[in-house]
Amino acid sequence: MRITSLFLLCAAGVACAHNPAPTPAASPSTSAPSSSATAGATASATSGRDSAGKPGIGALSLPNANPFPSTYVPFPSHTTLIRNATIMTAAGPTMQNASILLRDGKIVAVGTSVTAPADAVVIDGTGKYVTPGIIDVHSHLGVYAAPGGGGLNDGNEATNPNTSYVWAEHSVWPQDPQFPRILAGGVTTVQILPGSANLFGGRSAILKVVPSRTVQGMKFPGAKYGVKMACGENPKRVYASRGPSTRMGNVAGYRTAYIQAAEYRRKWDEWNANHKGPPPARDLGQETLAEVLRGDILPQMHCYRADEMAQMLDVAKEFGFKIRAFHHAVEAYKIADLLRENGTGAAMWADWGGFKEEAMDGIRANIALVDAAGAKAMIHSDDPSGSQRLNQEVAKAMYAGRAAGINVTEDEAVKWMTINPAWALELDDKIGSLEPGKDADVVLWSGDPFSVYTKAEKVWIDGAMLFNRDDPAQNWRTDFDLGYVKGETR
Amino acid sequence: MKKQLLFAACVTFVTVAAAHAQTVAITGGTVYPVSGPAIQNGTVLMRDGKIVAVGADVAVPAGAQRIDATGKIVTPGFIDASTTLGLVEIGGEPSTRDANAKGTDAIAASFRSWDGLNSESVNWAPARNEGVTSAVVLPGGGLVSGGAAMVDLADGTAAQMIRRAPVAMIAQIDNPRSAQAGARGELIGKLRNLIEDVKFYQAHRADYDRSATRSLTAPRVDLEAMIPVVEGKLPLAIQAERVDDIQAALRLAKEFNLKIIIMGGAEAWLAANDLAAAHVPVVAGAMNNIPTSFETLNQRQENLGILSKAGVTTAIVGNNGDGDEELFNVRNIKYEAGNAVAYGMTHDAALRAVTLAPAEMFGVADHVGSLQPGRDANVVIWSGDPFEFSTHAEHVYIHGRDVIAPSRQDMLTQRYKTLPPKYSQP
Repeated sequence: MRITSLFLLCAAGVACAHNPAPTPAASPSTSAPSSSATAGATASATSGRDSAGKPGIGALSLPNANPFPSTYVPFPSHTTLIRNATIMTAAGPTMQNASILLRDGKIVAVGTSVTAPADAVVIDGTGKYVTPGIIDVHSHLGVYAAPGGGGLNDGNEATNPNTSYVWAEHSVWPQDPQFPRILAGGVTTVQILPGSANLFGGRSAILKVVPSRTVQGMKFPGAKYGVKMACGENPKRVYASRGPSTRMGNVAGYRTAYIQAAEYRRKWDEWNANHKGPPPARDLGQETLAEVLRGDILPQMHCYRADEMAQMLDVAKEFGFKIRAFHHAVEAYKIADLLRENGTGAAMWADWGGFKEEAMDGIRANIALVDAAGAKAMIHSDDPSGSQRLNQEVAKAMYAGRAAGINVTEDEAVKWMTINPAWALELDDKIGSLEPGKDADVVLWSGDPFSVYTKAEKVWIDGAMLFNRDDPAQNWRTDFDLGYVKGETR
Repeated sequence: MKKQLLFAACVTFVTVAAAHAQTVAITGGTVYPVSGPAIQNGTVLMRDGKIVAVGADVAVPAGAQRIDATGKIVTPGFIDASTTLGLVEIGGEPSTRDANAKGTDAIAASFRSWDGLNSESVNWAPARNEGVTSAVVLPGGGLVSGGAAMVDLADGTAAQMIRRAPVAMIAQIDNPRSAQAGARGELIGKLRNLIEDVKFYQAHRADYDRSATRSLTAPRVDLEAMIPVVEGKLPLAIQAERVDDIQAALRLAKEFNLKIIIMGGAEAWLAANDLAAAHVPVVAGAMNNIPTSFETLNQRQENLGILSKAGVTTAIVGNNGDGDEELFNVRNIKYEAGNAVAYGMTHDAALRAVTLAPAEMFGVADHVGSLQPGRDANVVIWSGDPFEFSTHAEHVYIHGRDVIAPSRQDMLTQRYKTLPPKYSQP
């Protein structure tokens, strides 16, 4: 609760800090810093493969495509059977009195006639519910780490309207005490985004919510990068004195950047094809946007207003890429048909709005209306408190949909926090539903996840139980928690 | 809330308004008076904007309008004990922000925040439609922010909405910078100097008026506004999060005989016994468990449960742990209470913490916060457990008038249920 009614810009996305991002001084140059160093032609094309053994991700045009590879390996796990539970699979109808078997980090079987292998740890799920691990596609954990303050204010490189050259993972503090707290809320995968001060905020990081000394140890193996883009009020406010200072300035900024990126891509594609002469000069920002144009990086775009989303869909068409999802999207319900037609999703709050002019028209039925129109609808948090309770946010959105006369089932609503956000990250083949072969990211709830009294009791990531409410001593406490926070972290 | 119901309510709004003077009997529901035990199959009788009878054996007069609440829950209207609703319309739009006074050297005791109350805010309706019938509307900023008002969320003029003002003087010891102090100790010193100067001013008014006193820390109007505080008549509601700040507030209260309320209270659970012994109440959220700052390292969701069990009077505020969306989501106080129950508060204590407890803290329990004869008829009929996502307020009475009507959000929802929308009145 805040008595000093500071206008925080956390939701506004400029900075989860008590001060808005400073307006940078006018600068004659608007081009991103670029390195004139050429890529070493002798660098191994396979260097930096991630632990999934896939070719480099994020910059396929480059000899060193994956310079900060994931070192994540699943934690040790037991074969586990949860039985007699109500299982919401996000892939079909809810199963009553059903069982789910996890082995070697994967889901092996889900159904009403699954038997326990001899070596299985058996957990009685009577009266309890099981869902896939929750996926939060809009988080600033690690880049705006608790307890905050200037020393941890690492989410917005608000020095240039286009900072497509920064990567969120280089700001993530793995010891952010907020990580274990969202795990306790059932979140198993997060997309960490830079803030929205800029037209292009930089690359996102897709992380498993696991304890690690390094961010590389949290990175989701094989996940595509996202790039954060932002519409509307934030960039034009932050850069008012040097531009862009208007929405039309914003759009000119996106288009200018993609014109440059298309040219950059052409040069590199040509060189990659024939290796004639020295390679073109590398430019970190252009690399990111060229990869967007190739479809290897997914645009995740902060955008509130319906009319602006429609403008951005046209910008994307102009340059031949797809916006994967609009984030916040408080007016998505006004153009749900356009979202469906364009194959662009919307990641929304249940009920936030009203904190600035572009958020005035937020409604609680937003997610339900977008879903009913056939577009990909999902919940997101943009908030470390909300991220711990996405099941509650979905409950609000589901019941608001019903109150508005939309027949939203629980089976559909559970997708808003699982398989649909997995789709937004292009990870729906690995996570987001309880089906054989998928990663064993699983939550056992004390009851109906859409009740206010329900808590996540146990959370598994890749089959390893990383949170157990009944055994606080075993639960993850970050380095920061030690000494600063008394015992209880939940 | 059911839209069909809602729009029916809108159509009949004039009729309902006209029925204001008539007697309404809510029958058959489970009634939670809060001031006493629950009544199965109880009746709440309202007349002329007041509650006239509550019980299991209330005779319903002939001609009374009967509302069947069988299978439903009847409670007092909820009270949000900390909001800027009505003082701020859109946080990001400075022209609509009237919660923070300039003051003099971070002191704005004479600031009557309610003089800027926006009776036409679009944010009243969403809160009202979901069972919030009163709110403590308060200023912010500085060291002493100014006076807070208890408002009813009635549809009327600002004067009709303001139930009592001031109900508290707002101050903070959480942030030295905001108080124009360099350090916590200096902030406390500043507050102490102010209190001492108020006492001095009281004793030397005539000299002061002749300009024959030493200079004082605040202008005359602010000293005047502080008199009821130093006399212990008006609560000083102090924003304090860190346990040491809370202890400092307790020491100040003891030293000067002040009546205080702790606002925020992130680490209040660490001082639960001292707060109980000093009879100092706490206003806090139920969903904060992140060490968001060095003042709030030990926030826990069990905070309210621990305080309540220790005998501390607590009020739950509904802003989902400090979000900018607070104005939109005063309505979420019901879920905040549900979360408090999930983390150790009893259901009865949580209900009290959103009704009678805040009414008592802010000195308006003779008007609102419980279902008793003589109280304002601020009553909610819920479809089920008021704290659950699956339930909604079916009827919300303020001064005996059913106030549910389409909010701006409802109108937008109706307009865009089918695409393309029709740009005509819903």
